[in-house]
Amino acid sequence: MININEVLETNKMIEKQNLDVRTITLGINLLDCSDSDVNVVAENVYNKITTVAKDLVPTGQMIEKELGIPIVNKRISITPISLVGANACKSPEDYVVIAKALDRAAKKVGVNFIGGYSALVSKGMTKSDEYLIRSIPQAMKETDLICSSINVGSTKTGINMDAVKLLGEIVLETAELTKENDSLGCAKLVILCNAPDDNPFMAGAFHGVTEADAIINVGVSGPGVVKSALESAKGADFGTLCETVKKTAFKITRVGQLVASEASRRLGIPFGIIDLSLAPTPAIGDSIAEIFEVMGLERAGAPGTTAALAMLNDQVKKGGVMASSYVGGLSGAFIPVSEDQGMIDAVKEGALSLEKLEAMTCVCSVGLDMIAIPGDTKATTISGLIADEMAIGMVNQKTTAVRIIPVIGKKVGDIAEFGGLLGYAPIMKVNEFSCDDFVNRGGRIPAPIHSFKN
Amino acid sequence: MKKTIITVVGKDSVGIIAKVCTYLSENQVNILDISQTIVQGYFNMMMIADVNEATKDFVGLSNDLEKIGEEIGCIIKIQREDIFNKMHRL
Repeated sequence: MININEVLETNKMIEKQNLDVRTITLGINLLDCSDSDVNVVAENVYNKITTVAKDLVPTGQMIEKELGIPIVNKRISITPISLVGANACKSPEDYVVIAKALDRAAKKVGVNFIGGYSALVSKGMTKSDEYLIRSIPQAMKETDLICSSINVGSTKTGINMDAVKLLGEIVLETAELTKENDSLGCAKLVILCNAPDDNPFMAGAFHGVTEADAIINVGVSGPGVVKSALESAKGADFGTLCETVKKTAFKITRVGQLVASEASRRLGIPFGIIDLSLAPTPAIGDSIAEIFEVMGLERAGAPGTTAALAMLNDQVKKGGVMASSYVGGLSGAFIPVSEDQGMIDAVKEGALSLEKLEAMTCVCSVGLDMIAIPGDTKATTISGLIADEMAIGMVNQKTTAVRIIPVIGKKVGDIAEFGGLLGYAPIMKVNEFSCDDFVNRGGRIPAPIHSFKN
Repeated sequence: MKKTIITVVGKDSVGIIAKVCTYLSENQVNILDISQTIVQGYFNMMMIADVNEATKDFVGLSNDLEKIGEEIGCIIKIQREDIFNKMHRL
């Protein structure tokens, strides 16, 4: 039988160390909502989402209450809208009609975000894909809960540099249209390489075409729990350090698995995967950067940070895999800047640069995440940053992403405020040397040699 | 049997257990096991209880216990046993 120390340990994790389940994400297939009339598509999409997801939020709240663990977000991921709207949308404006319907549906069912305003263009863009991408700035301006993601590369296909070039411009335009809120629109737009079909985390979540009609995916969290556990291993060698992370990750993931199976049972929707990611929040103590500090680095970004992150990421997976029947999504430590107080401090103190963050993304999920840059950054420079990150993903056969926010009207050293879980971020310096001629070439970067495995 | 864990954490004072147990008995919650410990001056109690025959639903019990906790200066939580079993037992 469970003893009092075990009960107290679990509750201490929840109350003092910010253990929570970060998200229950309900994936919904919308391919059957297609029509040749955009207004019919919008209505179909609204009806399907509000029907399939009507019990998601109350069910999540009930599980929260019964198990005594916060489930921070209830979210929906949907089939990439460029596929759903392809038949009907003849202009970017048409896509905005669907975006508004999605936003209404998300508000109706009470979810925090809906992800899947997406296009998969890793090799080429259809006309429909391009319309959707061009509609993103307006869609972000006119909606609140929609997250957009574009997959522009993969290990198998290489990188679609035409899309990368276009997205540099789209990111800037989105920033401009949402400048009253520190260019918040860009915080809901992510550009991916090797995007997974079953990611429950925003902004990159979408319900891939390889998925069933509806599926429950769960993202766990718990940097604070890992940090506290490591505090007890102070001065110990790497073997002990790794064991501690593994054991903690196992415990955290078991809770995620329980929540996932409960949600699946109660909603009558199959369980998909657990995403084993350490996701920080702006709360003190819920930080990946603070884990580095406990490991022995003065600040995130100090020499040794990439090694520490590689080890952390690997041990979280090793501990988590056994705790869950199916693992998927992104599964790795996140290193967003604005959502992690320790990272924010590291940037402010000059310990952490954009280049170091890029290096760190080679060994963890996901990429350059929630990084605020000066609003006068050139579109081609943003495309260059995206291309670099996509190349890391392509060559290393992993998911990488870019979610950068050129904050209009702000310069290096200013602070951008996004609010809530999105946090706040100091504007970081970007290398200003030009990459115009490189980005403007057009075409594709071919798939790397090691992708030819057949 | 639906087993739940009730925890009471707070400053030690007279009548904590009595108050909680009275409430549970009034609502047909059967107590299977009680253990307690003092950690850094704080009173920690855990009860394993069976809520199968309870006259209130889980949310009702949870809200009432929270209120009683506020009255006696403790934090009282009721949680299904599953979360602890999952985390600590293979």
